[in-house]
Amino acid sequence: MTETLERVIPREGYDLHLIHTKKFKTIHLSLKFTSNLTRDNITKRALLPYILQQGTENYPTAIQLRQQLDELYGTILAVDSSKKGENHIFTIRLELPNEQYIAGSQDLLDKGIAFLREIIYQPKLVNQAFDPKIVAREKETLRSKIESLKEDKMSFANTRMIEEMCKEEAYRLRVHGYEEDLDEITAEDLYSYYQQILSDDHLDVFAVGDIDGLDVEEKITALVEERQQQPIEKAMKVTKDNEQTLIEEDDIKQAKLHFGYRTNITFNDEDYPALHVFNGLFGGFPSSKLFMNVREKHSLAYYAASRIESHKGLMFVFSGIAPEQYEKAKTIILEQMEQMRNGEFSDDQLSETKEMTVNQLRETLDNPQGMIELHYQSVLAKSTITPEQLLQKVNTVTKEQVIHVANKIKLDTIYLLTSKEAEQSEA
Amino acid sequence: MKHKHYQQIEENIYAETLSNGLRVFILPKQEMAKTFAIFTTNYGSIDQSFVPLNEQNLQTVPDGIAHFLEHKLFEKEDRDVFQDFSKLGASANAFTSFTKTAYLFSATSKVRESLQTLVDFVQDPYFSEQSVEKEKGIIAQEIRMYDDQPDWRAFFGTIKSLYHHHPVQIDIAGTVESIHNITKDDLYTCYHTFYHPNNMVLCIAGNVDPEETMAFIKDNQAKKDFEAPQPITRKFPDEPKEVAKKELTITMPVSVPKALVGIKENVIPEDPKQFMEKEWLMDIVLDHLFSKSGVAYERLYEEGLIDQSFSSESHLERNFGFSIIGGNTKDPEKLAQRIKQELLNLQSTSMDHQSFERIKRKKIGQLLRAMNSLEFIANQYTHYQLLGIDFFDSIDWLEKLTHADMLDFTRDWIKEEQLSTCFVKADE
Repeated sequence: MTETLERVIPREGYDLHLIHTKKFKTIHLSLKFTSNLTRDNITKRALLPYILQQGTENYPTAIQLRQQLDELYGTILAVDSSKKGENHIFTIRLELPNEQYIAGSQDLLDKGIAFLREIIYQPKLVNQAFDPKIVAREKETLRSKIESLKEDKMSFANTRMIEEMCKEEAYRLRVHGYEEDLDEITAEDLYSYYQQILSDDHLDVFAVGDIDGLDVEEKITALVEERQQQPIEKAMKVTKDNEQTLIEEDDIKQAKLHFGYRTNITFNDEDYPALHVFNGLFGGFPSSKLFMNVREKHSLAYYAASRIESHKGLMFVFSGIAPEQYEKAKTIILEQMEQMRNGEFSDDQLSETKEMTVNQLRETLDNPQGMIELHYQSVLAKSTITPEQLLQKVNTVTKEQVIHVANKIKLDTIYLLTSKEAEQSEA
Repeated sequence: MKHKHYQQIEENIYAETLSNGLRVFILPKQEMAKTFAIFTTNYGSIDQSFVPLNEQNLQTVPDGIAHFLEHKLFEKEDRDVFQDFSKLGASANAFTSFTKTAYLFSATSKVRESLQTLVDFVQDPYFSEQSVEKEKGIIAQEIRMYDDQPDWRAFFGTIKSLYHHHPVQIDIAGTVESIHNITKDDLYTCYHTFYHPNNMVLCIAGNVDPEETMAFIKDNQAKKDFEAPQPITRKFPDEPKEVAKKELTITMPVSVPKALVGIKENVIPEDPKQFMEKEWLMDIVLDHLFSKSGVAYERLYEEGLIDQSFSSESHLERNFGFSIIGGNTKDPEKLAQRIKQELLNLQSTSMDHQSFERIKRKKIGQLLRAMNSLEFIANQYTHYQLLGIDFFDSIDWLEKLTHADMLDFTRDWIKEEQLSTCFVKADE
């Protein structure tokens, strides 16, 4: 295996990232528009991905648009919105087969780029606005998406915890938007806001695949219309002294016990590689303290894990437990954190965890989407560190650094989503 | 060791069947950082009734035992095998399906050591009464987690409505009650019967040298003693052609109701090529109707009956097969009725030549894209190997399918008696 190098080319209006690799049989083009998370715009940004996939000037219905993708050998078009730290990212992505592997296919890349351009710049319009019928229907689609989010209890519990934990911060905002905003959004507003994204967001364009010799640089010039590049703003760091506990009820059989911590360590910080290793020891892997103790030793949960957020500086613990085991599970989870602060882990565990962390990062680079996301982390953090350099740093993390990190991490919120019956039987 | 090169997709497979019956497949991809290995037994949740190794009589074991065994194989007398992989920096996992149990890892370094760990732990069981009891608590939590997932409940509800007796209707993990009855001895009985190398496939894809890796596996296996390979007798109940229940309703707290329609397969070709062609054709026809570029999808969307959750999927195995179509909807009765109508009108509204070719192109592109993933390649290769099919050859069969083949297929694919509906609704 050889290291895959990214070439970053600052262009008028956007940054172009070219990653040539022979790992994949497909070519990936991804446009990432980013701006601050705001309560005013979040629902519009959540709605836009649905609208853009409903039709263009030349393919005015969803089925015509989809069938054109099928013609391009099942090319994938994905438009979605996500949040990283306090940035909202609006992504338009095309994934097309590399024609060298398909007998009889021709000019797939050119056709793909022309199609992508049409999706971005020639959406279906009626009187200089999105088609009001499409907007009305896609509002319903989003409304039912928002409704159904409540059914994934793990993610619902996490959303609720973040809302309470980050009450005063933009990070609290729900990436899928809010039902109550939908009625007020008009086809005109939405289109003019979309124009604003195209001209005023920070834009990065990624091209990944076996692309040397395909003139991708030149072809992308024709893809993006004239615009001005904007700066990226970073998330605010918050320190709080008081911890809070919240208990909510739902119609569920398994309770969700979640913890929100503030690491205040973000991608660009000196401590960031050590935070990765900390997370690996604490709850990132099946060998971690959380899994070993909450699940294996005490059989309290099917899952118990932790995950770090790299741009805002947060860490979350997730576990699914029997409702009556709340106190016991909480005590054990808090104990694991104490042990980390006291350095109660062996040198062997440390070196194994480093190896697993490196392994995990390298595996991410074997996936085209993973490769783009990992490189994009540096963009958001305004860092120049490459994934390979990050791996090297992970390899040199010491026990002292991990303990230092453990002592920086502060508990903010304990959140329990429990069953209604459990409360009644205890009362 | 046999070597086969597939020119169009530029892949290579190295294959050998060892003297103990184990089939080994190696797919080198030196550009990747990672290696993925998967060790699979042809034994899943449906294998409930069988003649145990070296015995005469049929035995029936508790529901959920294959999955229970999968969990317990990781635990040894002195350690948990997850930790062995952790020490090597590798990540391991396992899963149980209707027909298979698989153990897998991925690693970017010390691949040889991880491979040895994988093969050795699967071939060295240690079950004790105490650890069996402990596991019941963990699996009970896993079952409860699934109980709270409406999509999972709807999926299994549909299967239950399709089948009268076939064990595919049993939840893969069993129930909290059924796993309670599992004993250490049951686990050994299942293990010795189904984990014989002759019933297993090892597939390795990624950054490996094929010659060295094959030599290593052969050497590892030569050091172990196994009984002579013998065929396994499995018993499946006779299953009527028609569905068990035309309609089944699950009541649980959901914000949006769900409606799923199931199609039960009654004719499953023995011949590998015909089997595979049937699978492609089911896929192509469902795609034509119900994918995002599908004609029925467009109609249902315009009628306001479906949202983004709408999907269709098919499963075809040696002794059962089904498709499930549906999703969230404001009007479950109407959606179910409309899906059934679309399916039963298939012959009269059949797809034209151009659409057929377009969907074939899409399928070829999808396969190529999926091959970016080592996991996909190794999983699919193993899956079809166990069905007696070379997965890469099957791509060629797809390319050769004609519009006339499709018309033949749809002529008598679906009859009313093969269709059932499952609703998930909130209590009113």
